[in-house]
Amino acid sequence: MELLLASAVGILTACGIYLVLRQRTFPVIIGVSLLSYAVNVFLFASGRVVLNMPPVLSDSAQGYTDPLPQALVLTAIVISFGMTAVVVMIALSAYLSARTDRIDMDDEAEGGA
Amino acid sequence: MTHWIILPVVLPALLAPFIIMVIRHHLDLQRIFSIAGTAGLVLIAAGLLNHAASGDVVVYELGDWPAPFGIVLVLDRLSALMVILTAVLALAVLIYAVGTGWDARGRHFHALFQFQLMGLMGAFLTGDAFNLFVFFEVLLIASYGLMIHGGGSTRLRAGVQYVIYNLLGSTLFLFALGTLYAVTGTLNMADMAERVAALPLEDTALLRVGAVLLLVVFAIKAAVLPLHFWLPASYANAPGPVAALFAIMTKVGAYAILRMFTLVFGPDQAASAGLNAWLLPAALATLTVGMVGILGARQIGRLTAFAVIASMGTLLVAISLFTPQASAAALYYMVHSTFAASLMFLIADMVIARRGDDIVVTRPMPQGGMIAALFFAGAIALAGMPPLSGFIGKLLVLDAARGADWAVTIWAVILATSLIGIVGFARSGSVLFWKCHDPGIVTPPEDEDEIPDPVEIERAERAMRAPSPMALSAAFGLLGLLVVLTILSGPMMEYAEATVDQLYAPSDYIDAVLRRSAP
Repeated sequence: MELLLASAVGILTACGIYLVLRQRTFPVIIGVSLLSYAVNVFLFASGRVVLNMPPVLSDSAQGYTDPLPQALVLTAIVISFGMTAVVVMIALSAYLSARTDRIDMDDEAEGGA
Repeated sequence: MTHWIILPVVLPALLAPFIIMVIRHHLDLQRIFSIAGTAGLVLIAAGLLNHAASGDVVVYELGDWPAPFGIVLVLDRLSALMVILTAVLALAVLIYAVGTGWDARGRHFHALFQFQLMGLMGAFLTGDAFNLFVFFEVLLIASYGLMIHGGGSTRLRAGVQYVIYNLLGSTLFLFALGTLYAVTGTLNMADMAERVAALPLEDTALLRVGAVLLLVVFAIKAAVLPLHFWLPASYANAPGPVAALFAIMTKVGAYAILRMFTLVFGPDQAASAGLNAWLLPAALATLTVGMVGILGARQIGRLTAFAVIASMGTLLVAISLFTPQASAAALYYMVHSTFAASLMFLIADMVIARRGDDIVVTRPMPQGGMIAALFFAGAIALAGMPPLSGFIGKLLVLDAARGADWAVTIWAVILATSLIGIVGFARSGSVLFWKCHDPGIVTPPEDEDEIPDPVEIERAERAMRAPSPMALSAAFGLLGLLVVLTILSGPMMEYAEATVDQLYAPSDYIDAVLRRSAP
């Protein structure tokens, strides 16, 4: 279980970083989404992985699972979903107005660093 | 007093939907409400500052949940300073945006502006690490909208870069928070500070990872080398007033470093020892790249963007020393550089509106003399020459660095880069404002065959208009603030020193948050 979770986070992050380093908006956006999935799983695991435990303590409970990371993940999902929607819209309008979906702006004048 | 703390967050949060939903088709009403709301924010912030100056740490528990369980807002001297800085800056920038008509060149400027203020205020007031993330996202998502305000393909492409870079930063922030939560089991900053202090040294490996990740996140926001790449393209292509407001956004990163790395990972914490050894060289490199960028910039927008990087470099040099004296100098310099950078962005916008972005010799621009004077003052402030507050700020930083291990390097870098900056500003200033009056230099004749670009036409139309008194009053207001900051540097430094005393004695903060011992 731990191995599965850890490798899922690792693989998602690796794929995400690879895609983010591409030059075009579409793979980059997919990469950012993958990274946000990775971070969601990671946050979920940060409250320790336990099976079949209630999130709220009661007298009869043998143990409990930490409910806070689940709330954090929920927040993170909502935020990353909204952010992805925004970046898709901005990337689309940039593509439609510039007729190119390259991320870098090397046709512009480069200054300094 | 108790409910006043949340007003800087709630007021823009209510105003923005009101602007969108009720008065979306009435630009004049939007302007009135937006300016009135921001002026109200200034008043509230002044009240909060007055209250915080007494040294109380005021805690506001949302939903009345006690501290480690619920989210708290905390007002101490540092938060109060940042809140009033943001409010005053926002008012000046908003007046400029209305005066130049920037707010009419796209939709929902005022609503986005208010949401941005909400995020900024929340980030400065919150006492909860995850809540800090949420407010970062609020201010970022509003800034995405503001960044591409007015449209245009270059701006949109710069916007894509900006958004993606910040999305990656947000992801990293979540990883850092997850790591810290996994180790400490809390997200409340005060509670986390106690748990970090109580953690045995051999268990701190994961904690260090979290702390470094957090530092990287804040370094992205603060545009520290080598994570500064997003800044020049974004700020140079953002609308002028928006870039001026963004001058506070890099300070959010600096504030977060100052807050987290004095409160939670304090300089005497064994778990986070040695982090500032990384920050200082990076800050020096940032300063160098910024000043060299000023010298090398061929557009005035980029010139100003690199000036922001340079000022962040100086600021972070002061912060990374983590001594009370250096942090007090950093606070003074932070206030100065926010106003100075913002003033420079406004001047750059006025220049761009009259003669375009490139630093080349063209015909003299309308109102060239006055703008040249403003540019001169702004350049003096940003390069750190007397008589304006930049000089005092740099002097304080140099003085604070005297006892440090790296003192010679810090002095050499700050002084040498100041010279580079002065040369850079002098070069672009003389090209922009003086050479066009030189009869010996022939400007290239206008190409008659060229089809006029819509941007050019728009620019010509805007330049033809009389200078708006509102826009000028905003720029002169910012300059006036710099003068006030120079004259009142004594009281300002007293406040900064009191703030630093509070920062380096975090037990008051922790007690106030966790045990309700404060009144």
